[in-house]
Amino acid sequence: MFTFLLRRVALIVPTFIGVTVLAFALIRLIPGDPVENLSGERGMDPERRLRLLHEFGLDKPLPVQYGEYLGHVLQGDLGTSLTTHEPVLTEFLTLFPATIELAFFAMIFAVGIGLPAGILAALKRNTVADYAVMGVSLTGYSMPIFWWALLLILFFSVQLGWTPVSGRIAVQFDIPTATGFMLIDALRSGDPGAFKSAVSHLILPSIALGTIPLAVIARMTRSSMLEVLREDYVRTARAKGLPHWQVVLVHALRNALIPVITVIGLQVGLLLSGAILTETIFSWPGVGNWLIHGVQSRDYPVVQGGILLIATIVILVNLIVDLLYGVINPRIRHA
Amino acid sequence: MPLLDIEGLTVEFGTEAAPFVAVDRVDLGIEAGEIVGVVGESGSGKSVTALALMGLIDFPGRVTARRMAFAGRDLLQLSERERRALVGKDIAMIFQDPLASLNPCFTVAFQLMETLRVHGNERERGSSKLRRARALELLQQVEIPDAGARLNAYPHQLSGGMAQRVMIAMAIACNPKLLIADEPSTALDVTVQAQILALLTNLQKDRGMALLLITHDLAVVAETAQRVVVMYAGQQVETGPVPGLFEAPRHPYTQALLAALPEHNLERARLTAIAGMVPGQHNRPSGCLLSPRCAYATPRCRAEQPMLEGDAARRVRCFFPLDASGHPTRGWRPDSVPALG
Repeated sequence: MFTFLLRRVALIVPTFIGVTVLAFALIRLIPGDPVENLSGERGMDPERRLRLLHEFGLDKPLPVQYGEYLGHVLQGDLGTSLTTHEPVLTEFLTLFPATIELAFFAMIFAVGIGLPAGILAALKRNTVADYAVMGVSLTGYSMPIFWWALLLILFFSVQLGWTPVSGRIAVQFDIPTATGFMLIDALRSGDPGAFKSAVSHLILPSIALGTIPLAVIARMTRSSMLEVLREDYVRTARAKGLPHWQVVLVHALRNALIPVITVIGLQVGLLLSGAILTETIFSWPGVGNWLIHGVQSRDYPVVQGGILLIATIVILVNLIVDLLYGVINPRIRHA
Repeated sequence: MPLLDIEGLTVEFGTEAAPFVAVDRVDLGIEAGEIVGVVGESGSGKSVTALALMGLIDFPGRVTARRMAFAGRDLLQLSERERRALVGKDIAMIFQDPLASLNPCFTVAFQLMETLRVHGNERERGSSKLRRARALELLQQVEIPDAGARLNAYPHQLSGGMAQRVMIAMAIACNPKLLIADEPSTALDVTVQAQILALLTNLQKDRGMALLLITHDLAVVAETAQRVVVMYAGQQVETGPVPGLFEAPRHPYTQALLAALPEHNLERARLTAIAGMVPGQHNRPSGCLLSPRCAYATPRCRAEQPMLEGDAARRVRCFFPLDASGHPTRGWRPDSVPALG
């Protein structure tokens, strides 16, 4: 287990370097630079432009820029935003709770519906229930997030007026920020109206973001479950005279969950990239929204730092999932 | 009244229009405390018969029988809940591949205690401490060394023989009246095979339970069973007492099985084998199912299906049953034609 952990951690190093290279290179491949963006439509005289480029360190050769950037990163310095002049890390940490909150509830939605739906589809294989679950999940998987989110807004917010269109909480509630998680902060404020408002703001974005993971989880659960139900130990469980639900939920599900957990872990990366679209559409003040603004204003430190931080989180989550895999699968734990 | 009384058990798979008959009108009676062996090649319907008995045949499989009674209760009339109360308690079963039959995610203790939680007496159901103590006791009864340490082991930490002992412990946990052992030693090393069989017969003797021993190993049946049922392609072809059936087989298939035993081939360079395979769904002959492989097959055998004939002690499904010297009787000639009318 210890060597497994070491090997797993050692793999992180090259991944990490790859991410810095990509983040550094991709944002510079986009036409324009931060100074051009600052100058706006009226233009800027060449002398001032050169001075600003020098100030931002953008006049040096690219390899030198990358070297300096990597040096700073290794010292824990992600730089400061070129537009707000705030440290990138501070901005990220302020906004990240909003993204976690969204991703967390999207995941709850995805697992809470995807898992039972997958089990149901496996048990009722080749029936209407199975086809319905698989059909809906294929549709969900194929739906672009931005389009699906707009459909949800049009129907539930505009037509039915059930949920608000955007933001995290209605404007009349002014909640002191303590944890950064709106639901917790609203609860702490003691105003039930504020909590209700925060919940209602969370529903549609969570559904929009959770739909693709839901589809993936449902399909994975179904196929994994079908495989496990054919195993000899399921027959043994039935030969013990256990009630059907115990055979399925104890003996089969525990084994079927092993690949599903892995897939859930992989969805975290998808969730954070999906959050960029979802946050933009729902004006959700999280890191996704922030990154989009960073790209639009060619705010190199924000984009590089943001991508790096998000990648780090995805790497960590996958590491945790690998460890969890050992917990749920005794064959790995004792190997 | 026999403990188990089955008449005309049939198990079909496939569609209603083109069914595949995996088990064809099998009659099986077992007295309390008796060991009955069921032998036959792979695909002869031995395991399916046992699974049908346990109620473990799933849709689209269809189980029908004229009578299916256990300890005086009609299994066909029981509700699913009543059937479950019986299965794992009064009728228990162990399987061919013990390592695959234990759930890899749970400890030995969990899997043993689970049986007691479902079927145990009132005190066992109420106390997990008591169940754990009973689990330990059961492991000791199946002669697992260092039983206390094995309680917390996961199946992948056990050897095949050890896993089969755990399976046996699970099966005997609630003192079953009938234990079905489906090829209990086939997947194990030869030395371990003998140990497992000895354990099974000892437990059977001590507890006076009936044992239905399914195997393709005639030697095992000859050593342990009191009666034997020979199956071929889903049908019983011969039933009789041990050792009478082995000394004078009346069905050509039994004779061929016995001739294939290594012990009977000591002077030969090659083992005698039965040519061909058990017919599957799409190549069932219209006459006697053995006719394509039978050394004595006549035109009549290829055209008509023989019935199972004889008394309760000895029955055989053959137009020309063999005599004591091993030759076909009833005026067998290689070109015997179908009886007219």
